[in-house]
Amino acid sequence: MPVETNETVAARVGVAPRIGVAGRLGAVFDSDLLHSFLRSKVTVLAAVVTLVIMAGALLAPLIAPHDPFDVASLQLLDSNLPPAWMEGGDPRFLLGTDDQGRDIFSTILYGSRLSLSVGFLSVVFAAVLGIALGLVAGYAGGSTDSVIMRIADIQLTFPAILIALLIDGTARALFGEQRNEQLVFWVLVLSIGLSFWVQYARTVRGSTLVEKNKDYVLAARLIGIHPVKILFRHVLPNVMGPVLVIATINLVLAIILEATLSFLGVGLPPTQPSLGTLIQIGNRYLFSGEWWIAIFPGITLASLALAINLLGDWLRDALNPKLR
Amino acid sequence: MLAFIIRRLLQATLVMAVVALIAFTLFRFVGDPINQMVGIETSLEERAALREALGLNDPVAVQFLRFIWNAVQLNFGISYQFKKPVLDLIAERFPATMELAIVSAIFSMLLGIPMGVYTALRRDAWLSKLFLTLSLVGISLPTFLIGILLIFLFAVTLGVLPSFGRGDTVRLGLWDTGLLTWSGLKALVLPSITLGLFQMTLIMRLVRSEMLEVLRTDYVKFARARGLTNRAVHFGHALKNTMVPVITIAGLQLGSIIAFAIITETVFQWPGMGLMFLRAVQNVDIPIMSAYLLLVAFIFVTVNLIVDLLYVVVDPRIRIDARGA
Repeated sequence: MPVETNETVAARVGVAPRIGVAGRLGAVFDSDLLHSFLRSKVTVLAAVVTLVIMAGALLAPLIAPHDPFDVASLQLLDSNLPPAWMEGGDPRFLLGTDDQGRDIFSTILYGSRLSLSVGFLSVVFAAVLGIALGLVAGYAGGSTDSVIMRIADIQLTFPAILIALLIDGTARALFGEQRNEQLVFWVLVLSIGLSFWVQYARTVRGSTLVEKNKDYVLAARLIGIHPVKILFRHVLPNVMGPVLVIATINLVLAIILEATLSFLGVGLPPTQPSLGTLIQIGNRYLFSGEWWIAIFPGITLASLALAINLLGDWLRDALNPKLR
Repeated sequence: MLAFIIRRLLQATLVMAVVALIAFTLFRFVGDPINQMVGIETSLEERAALREALGLNDPVAVQFLRFIWNAVQLNFGISYQFKKPVLDLIAERFPATMELAIVSAIFSMLLGIPMGVYTALRRDAWLSKLFLTLSLVGISLPTFLIGILLIFLFAVTLGVLPSFGRGDTVRLGLWDTGLLTWSGLKALVLPSITLGLFQMTLIMRLVRSEMLEVLRTDYVKFARARGLTNRAVHFGHALKNTMVPVITIAGLQLGSIIAFAIITETVFQWPGMGLMFLRAVQNVDIPIMSAYLLLVAFIFVTVNLIVDLLYVVVDPRIRIDARGA
């Protein structure tokens, strides 16, 4: 959801004959937003880079020249080979191989797949949790509001990395030795998601406070619609604009946080390497001259983060009526 | 003013109480403390005796109060990994982290403020555009990647700076400092740049946007109309008024610098608290985890409190609001 391309958003929202923000958004996407998108060359380039990496991640099983998880195909003879264009390189391995003889290019494709999945899932988790709590806090007010917002305030004093590390450590203690790769993946999604919900909750609460006094909510209440339905059917669509911007920028933060945790050795294991795990593996070989193991995944991660950040910046400015 | 301070103090105490509750829950319920402390050959009777001696059979509320009482006296228990008091372990590593955090905070201010002022005053200069582009790259690059790139460039390729450890340290009473030896200073360069880069871009962008805002205000126009020099207007009037938010953010960032030090310390094998905490998470060393949590929370809350109070001292408008509220 967060990094839908503008074309798909335009198509989806544009055809929806809804009134309210959905309709307004649709109009914007149809005209101004698309124009400002095409006008800014940097944004178009960023979108292309994002799409290429995402397509590579999505189609990894189809386009990767080797399967890095097929242990039988790995040969120790192929380990630590430099990129194909360097002396000693092997044309079979475009970007060289790592310490287990895995093709770097293929592991990057599969690694981006994992990095992006963790990123997307944790952003969705954080957004759903944050939006729900924000709606409830803003609409209910009173003590519900203050309890939720106090928790948010307290959590906000701690950086996300610390919270994610604590949740990960707790999961480690609880599950002990029975941890498997599936579990690690979901613990990662949970710990990253839980460290990002606050921003959504605060933003949505703010907009809900404004929206709940408007006539359409009053009218809905008067004809006796259930509060939960009012919240999700009527208020929610009208507070989604800022959420989209937060989600885009959050996706970068989530991907970086996952990479950081994996790099620190508490994320995805070397058997299921994400981009962060690959950089961690490569970091061990940096001093012996095998720079390609760390640098190529690093470049991928950095370009992905930069590209999505640029898209998020553009989206924020484009949706900000003050700047138009 | 007094009421404001008291309210802030109460809030800070509440935050600390919640964090203490989390730390206690970790300490008491995640993993059995007894199993971690004794060997396999310890008999059931001995375990029961130890359980009784440690007070693990008391009501939970009593245990929580005892936990807080111990924490106030800086008694955080014994580390499972090292079999040493957690306080000693933290005391050994605290100076390393603090020196790294303070040096990188100074680095980020010394570079970030002038860059922010420059990009605000010369909006269209190519150097400004370069700074802004670099700041976006700086925000997008994960800390650990910056560290690796710096190591690759300055330690592996050029071989001019060390890539790990603190170098030689000098002991001043309880404090092990690396600031007084040449190798200690050299060892500080790469880690503090790595740690400070993100803060630097943040401060630069903040100073820039605040400056742009202030330059539009009437009193700056008036100062110009009075015929003051550019320098007097920019630095005497404009920059001075951007300093309040900058100091606030910089102060609040000190807390996150300490947390981000976990990453930097791991990349550079810096023997500080962050590295110790990471090892504790990997090895499920709960006493260290909960002590670190309490300590970091305490630093955060204290810094927040000081910043809030400074704000009141610096900006009279808040004093009036506080009285009204």
